[in-house]
This record gives sequence, C-alpha cells and structure tokens, in this order.
Amino acid sequence: MKDRAKWAPLVLFILLGAALSYGLAKPEDRNITSKMIGASVPSFVLPPAASGLPGLTSAELASGKPHLVNIFASWCLPCIAEAPQLKAIADAGVPVVGIAVRDRPEALARFLARNGNPFKAIGADDASQVQMAFGSSGVPESFVVDGKGMIRQQTIGPLNPQDVAGVIAAVKAAR
Amino acid sequence: MKRLLLVVALAAAPVLADSDLPPAPLAYTQLPDPQQEARAKALMETIRCLVCQGQSIADSDAELAGDMRAMVRQRVAAGEKPAAIRAWLVRRYGAWVSYDPPLDRTTWILWAAPLLFVTIGAIVAARSFRRRGR
Repeated sequence: MKDRAKWAPLVLFILLGAALSYGLAKPEDRNITSKMIGASVPSFVLPPAASGLPGLTSAELASGKPHLVNIFASWCLPCIAEAPQLKAIADAGVPVVGIAVRDRPEALARFLARNGNPFKAIGADDASQVQMAFGSSGVPESFVVDGKGMIRQQTIGPLNPQDVAGVIAAVKAAR
Repeated sequence: MKRLLLVVALAAAPVLADSDLPPAPLAYTQLPDPQQEARAKALMETIRCLVCQGQSIADSDAELAGDMRAMVRQRVAAGEKPAAIRAWLVRRYGAWVSYDPPLDRTTWILWAAPLLFVTIGAIVAARSFRRRGR
C-alpha cells in the first residue's frame, strides 16, 4: 500500500503533462460562433452604403427568397481575398447582399470598382449595431438566410474557393 | 541596397486593420446622468470584448468594443435594464461574452470547487492531527 502511494505524485505529474501537451497541440478554437443560427434575422433598416445600390432591411431578407448576407468592409483585407468567391456565388444565381461595417461611401466605391461588385444591396452599418445583432464578431462573415428570414448558417472568416459549392447548396436548400 | 530597403520600409504606409470612421459618439463619452453612467460602466466591465478576448469592453480599445460601449450607453440612457442588455448579448454570442457566468451544468464546478478543496483539506488535516496525537 505504502509502496504504491509513493508513485502517486509521478503518475499525477505525467497525467498533468499529458493534458497540457494535448492542450498545446490542439489549441482552443477562438472563433465566436453566432447563437442566432435558427433564429429570425433581428429587425433592422440600414441606409444605402454605396451610391447606385439600395440599402438593406430585415424585411427584404424575409421576402420569400434565400440570401447570402456578407458582413464586410472596404478596410478589411481578407474581404478582398473572398471577392472572387462571392462573385462565383452571385454568378450561380444566389442573391448576395452586403452589410458594410464602419465604412465610407467613397472607400466602398473604390473597393467595389477594384474587386468587383457581387452585391444586390449594401447596408451601411456605421456603428456595428446590426453586426452585433447578427451575433457576428468580425469581418468578413457570411450568413445564409432562408426565404422566411431565418438565419441558417454562419461562415467566419473569408469564403475560400472550397467553400463556394457548400454555400451555394446551403442557400439553395434554404428556400 | 540595405539602406534603400530601410528607406522604403520607413516610407511605406502601414496596412491598417481598422476602419477610418471616427469612434461612435458614446464610445468614449460618458452619459450626462452619473447614475446611468455608473450602471453602464458596471455592465461594461463585465462584458467581454469580442476582438481582444480576455479584456472587458470597458478596457479594450478595439473598434468593436467602442461600438459595444456605445450600444450599452445608448440602451442604458433609453432606460433599459443592464440585465436585459447582458441577456441580449448572451443571446447572440453565448455566455462566453459575459464575465458574470450563470450557474449551469458546465459552470457549477466554479462554485463547488472551493467547497470541495476545503473539505479535502479538512479531511487531510484531521487525519494528520490524529496521527500526531497518537
């Protein structure tokens, strides 16, 4: 009995070491996922963010057609990287609408001229209030919203080429 | 060549990860009513910043934290209860966003652990005292 007890500290030490190395090898996911998935889009009315494009309201998102809502900004570099993917998604017939976070019309116009414009509408969210209402914590993030205005899916970070087919399928499935 | 690189590096404009919009009006401005400001401040100190995770929105200089402070102050000024504002944020980001964790299935150990350790300590102490007394 005494003999076995003297090994206890060593065993505890090894277990602790194993737990710590596991934690180091598999770091925690730092992304904050929205808890609004499965809930209705919170009601909002955003003024137009760019000249020539309408603004965005929650009523339009509940008008019967599914949408991809892209939360982005002209000052956000990964948003440039995802521009070709958004174009591919829009070309596949998915209505893509934008929420521009803390943006200026002239900066946004330059961004759209340079990176292409897949958006049917862009709302100006100058104080991140609608971004927060969606449960989004950064740019870019994309939400699939179904025809009834219910949030179905969230993608955190830029959409990569391998995500395009999945997003198109998710929007098509969200009638 | 090295000198040229240095000059180029010094002349290059840094790439900004922030917008160039000024902070929201209430991000860095207190509410005129001291009681309301005190309530807003108490809430802001227990809401976690989504960008610099680990800081409260009262401490963080991230733009989103500024916008969250503005939101908190606006709602407090409009008469909303701090508990309702916290619930609004928890509904969106989960209990993670609050520094005032609820007592539930995953957090009970926070309250139970001190009692558990005191009990273990008492047992160990009692046994070692008994041994010495013998």
